[in-house]
Amino acid sequence: MTLNDNQFSPTRRLVLKGVGVVALAGLGILRFGAMPAFAAANDKWPEEAFKQKNEVDAIKALYGKTAEASDKVKLDAPEIAENGAVVPVSVTTTLTDVTSISFLVADNPNALAASYIIPAGTMPSVANRIKMAKTSNVTAIVEAGGKLYSATKEVKVTVGGCGG
Amino acid sequence: MASTIRVRATANGDTTEVQALIQHPMDSGFVKNAKGDLIPAHFIQQVTFECNGKSVFVADWGTAVSKDPYVKFSFKGGNKGDDLKIGWVDNKGQSDTTTAKIA
Amino acid sequence: MRTATQTVFAALALVTLALSGATVKAADSVDPAAEAKAFQKYFTTKFPKLKLEDFVNGPYSLNEDMHRQWVEKEEFPPYEFSLDAGKEMFTKPFKNGKTYADCFPDKGIGIRQNYPYFDEKEGKVITLELALNRCREANGEAPFSYVKDDMASLTAYMAFTSRGKPFDIKIPSDPRALAAFENGKEYFYTRRGQLNFSCASCHVQNPGERIRAEILAPALGILNAMPIYRSEWGGMGTISRRFTSCNSQTRGVPLEPQSDDYRDLEYYLSYVSNGLPISGPGARP
Repeated sequence: MTLNDNQFSPTRRLVLKGVGVVALAGLGILRFGAMPAFAAANDKWPEEAFKQKNEVDAIKALYGKTAEASDKVKLDAPEIAENGAVVPVSVTTTLTDVTSISFLVADNPNALAASYIIPAGTMPSVANRIKMAKTSNVTAIVEAGGKLYSATKEVKVTVGGCGG
Repeated sequence: MASTIRVRATANGDTTEVQALIQHPMDSGFVKNAKGDLIPAHFIQQVTFECNGKSVFVADWGTAVSKDPYVKFSFKGGNKGDDLKIGWVDNKGQSDTTTAKIA
Repeated sequence: MRTATQTVFAALALVTLALSGATVKAADSVDPAAEAKAFQKYFTTKFPKLKLEDFVNGPYSLNEDMHRQWVEKEEFPPYEFSLDAGKEMFTKPFKNGKTYADCFPDKGIGIRQNYPYFDEKEGKVITLELALNRCREANGEAPFSYVKDDMASLTAYMAFTSRGKPFDIKIPSDPRALAAFENGKEYFYTRRGQLNFSCASCHVQNPGERIRAEILAPALGILNAMPIYRSEWGGMGTISRRFTSCNSQTRGVPLEPQSDDYRDLEYYLSYVSNGLPISGPGARP
């Protein structure tokens, strides 16, 4: 019997992954070593998180917790994107013990755009260029000291970034 | 053929700033070509940055990262002349690496 | 009922009046130097806070939010790859062993600001894109499409070697050269297409304003940044590409790339921007 992930709710999936991973690995369905540790903590590409449609689910899949807004997270993004295909967005923070930074675009087909692992010794500051399908909130998540902090800004998009 | 990875790594005191620009279509899988067929998703999934054998940054990307992706970050512990090794792998299993010296 | 030509000349007369404040000039006393001076004065008066060289950055000089996004991208521009490809193409010999350097003065380096020029033997305007393809054909190579990547990469490299040099377009005192200048100017100010816009409608009358979501660039300096990496195209495009797509976008009929009118248009627009620095290859929305 094949296990179809899509039939399960996120919470059940996580529990089942924990229980069934060894058996599934044996069946060759799960890659050996695909432990259910939260994606952001290890080096595997967080496939599940990137599949999520909305922000809350993506953050949950990535970190297993929720974020609280913090003015210590400084998100820099334009008021009106010149073109939705290339929107320069950056974040910096005064929080300490930062282990991960992520960018989400609420109204994109899949909310998670990028996620970065910040090893000890690396500054908690990232600049990148992302696509936005339409006007949307852009959220930066900072994982610091085991907790999640966020900042959000609305970016207007007049020319959609997903092509055409 | 030239590498797909362009790097600028500059040391300023004890901090090294890294900027990388990578040549890659980052096709999202949502766009149609002139004939009306969907262009399949083709995008970099992970980029790793190592200095002196230690990981200094890992980028996990989805299809919403722009074409010819760019990223900038800084880290401590690098010195002028040190090697910075960068590698990426995409959803089709293609990859590229490059090593640049911190200037 | 007025004919189209009469409407055009009336429009030209009005514009000349507006620009120079003088009486309407007869067609046989074309004074390009005075025209260029008046053209530049119109824009510097309209945007007193801008320095002359700021005009080469088009909309980025006219809107703060866009300026910041542009500065961020210019730090490590998306057109780097096209530029490198252009350099590679420029230095690679043709099958017969010759290179582009053999076709151009100064080995083709740092000469972009002299194009277009008027070829008195041929009696026509020669643009850089045209000269490059002629070089290819003279050496047994197939010409590039004027609107695709190869020509864009090649002209990107050549523009890059001229960065900072001021446009230095010459109009010899040859009636045919003056006629080409006038023809380019006429094309620029003539309304056409379903939307009935002339180039001037947007780039002289409304720079800095929005047309739908885009901020319009001023006509002064508009070719200095060419070729341009447009976010809209997700790639590099030539002057030919911009002219044809501009015609299509205003729902006019695009001409063949490098047709006489386009060459004369490029001649006119480049000449009136003499003195402004080459900033290409550039980026645009």
